[in-house]
Amino acid sequence: MISAGSLPRVLHGSEGRPLSLERHEEVFIAETPFNVMHELENSGLTGRGGAAFPTFRKVDLLRLQRGNNKSVVVNLMEGEPAAHKEFALAGANPHLILEGAQVLAGLIGAKRILVCVARDNPTVVNHLNRAIHELERRSLRGATIELHTPPWRYVAGEESALVHWLNDNESLPQYRPERPSILRVGRNPALVDNAETCANVALIARFGAEWFRKLGTEKSPGSTLVSLSGAVERSTVLEVSLGTPIRDILAAGHADMAPQALLLGGFGGTWLHGKHIDTPYANEYLSVPGAGVGAGVMAVLPREACGVYETLRIVRWMANESARQCGPCAFGLPALAEDLMSITHSSKDPRAAYERLQSRCDSIEGRGACRHPDGVIRLVRSALVVFEDDISQHIVGRPCTGTQRPKHTITIPTIEHEDELIWE
Amino acid sequence: MGVVRRRSGSFVLKVNPILCDGFGHCHELAPELVDVDEWGYPIVVSEPVPLSNSGLLQSARYAVRGCPRQALSIERSNDTVKPQ
Repeated sequence: MISAGSLPRVLHGSEGRPLSLERHEEVFIAETPFNVMHELENSGLTGRGGAAFPTFRKVDLLRLQRGNNKSVVVNLMEGEPAAHKEFALAGANPHLILEGAQVLAGLIGAKRILVCVARDNPTVVNHLNRAIHELERRSLRGATIELHTPPWRYVAGEESALVHWLNDNESLPQYRPERPSILRVGRNPALVDNAETCANVALIARFGAEWFRKLGTEKSPGSTLVSLSGAVERSTVLEVSLGTPIRDILAAGHADMAPQALLLGGFGGTWLHGKHIDTPYANEYLSVPGAGVGAGVMAVLPREACGVYETLRIVRWMANESARQCGPCAFGLPALAEDLMSITHSSKDPRAAYERLQSRCDSIEGRGACRHPDGVIRLVRSALVVFEDDISQHIVGRPCTGTQRPKHTITIPTIEHEDELIWE
Repeated sequence: MGVVRRRSGSFVLKVNPILCDGFGHCHELAPELVDVDEWGYPIVVSEPVPLSNSGLLQSARYAVRGCPRQALSIERSNDTVKPQ
């Protein structure tokens, strides 16, 4: 920083020839008292879409890419049927999302902001439309904002599928072998961020990293949105500080306080046994029993429900939501559902099905273009661990009461016929 | 072809799962590198193979050229020494 009483000011940092951009950034931007890039790094914000990738590293990677028409893609797709956080976020303050997107656009030098909302979610589309029009009327925009409405599919919110839709009007995930992979809209790099991440970026840009870190734990700072559903009074979206014990979250949402298990992270997430209810809600604590925050879904499974049956219902739906591009996913996921089916209903040699299920999990894992099959396998594996006793009862032919009088706890959309799935 | 390379470094056979339609030619051309699952889709060895193993490299090339969907590729790792 240039000290207050010293000269030169305007000629500071020159070495006899014009400064290059890198040098200018070193001399001035890096030393300003409030530098958004620094604040973003110090805040330790991680992506809220599920992967928990550090936002700073993603922004830094995109900042150094070439392209005269870079874009920021705001992901409001809400692929998880059990998640309603985008709904809550856009219903509360769509301008916070747009402001965060503007900040990100400024950081990476993007000219376009592409806000993507599923067209099956007209309320959110309206909220965003109104907010964008309000901004346009005052001409306060930096980058141009466009609203895009892809169809709602589970995998349509996956970042490469979203970018594919923006390019070719097809919500299908793409194969990206290169690492680090950079998504491109047209020929220009695009930064894809979840709407909740954008909202947090806006807050960090306003109030700084120190303010942001006042909530949350050392490793996962800040707050997060939790979509609570299942055995609760009514499904809600709560904003909690990361590191809050799960018991407190359940109490705040008027949920069943002695659950059999919790579905964390989404349909491609993990089951958490009810005995871990006092674990703090943050990735570093949840990873001990093998779970994670994921996309912020928390579905409560009551004691009387059958966990294996609920897993079967989820896997069956997820298998139908596969884009059917990769063989291991298109054929493997229905096979997993079939195995689970014969375990839950103790039919067609359940013990063989149990062993086949495990070997199929191992053979499918990591062989899809996107992480859709891996998510299902994570769910199945955690179900095999969490509902271990239950499964052994099922295998010997004593299925629990949950299967005989199925009470559906976890809300799953109806399974559409393969021909009726809309991808474009 | 024809260019003499110093064979240090390694390669991995990669399959693009979207293009792959499970013809299974790669399994027949490079059985030591590619296994097939119960639906006929390839399971490729994921550990890098040293380039000095010319037999495996040759069968990987056969698999790449024999794929009807051109879904396979050979990915060399960075420590390959380029010819001067």
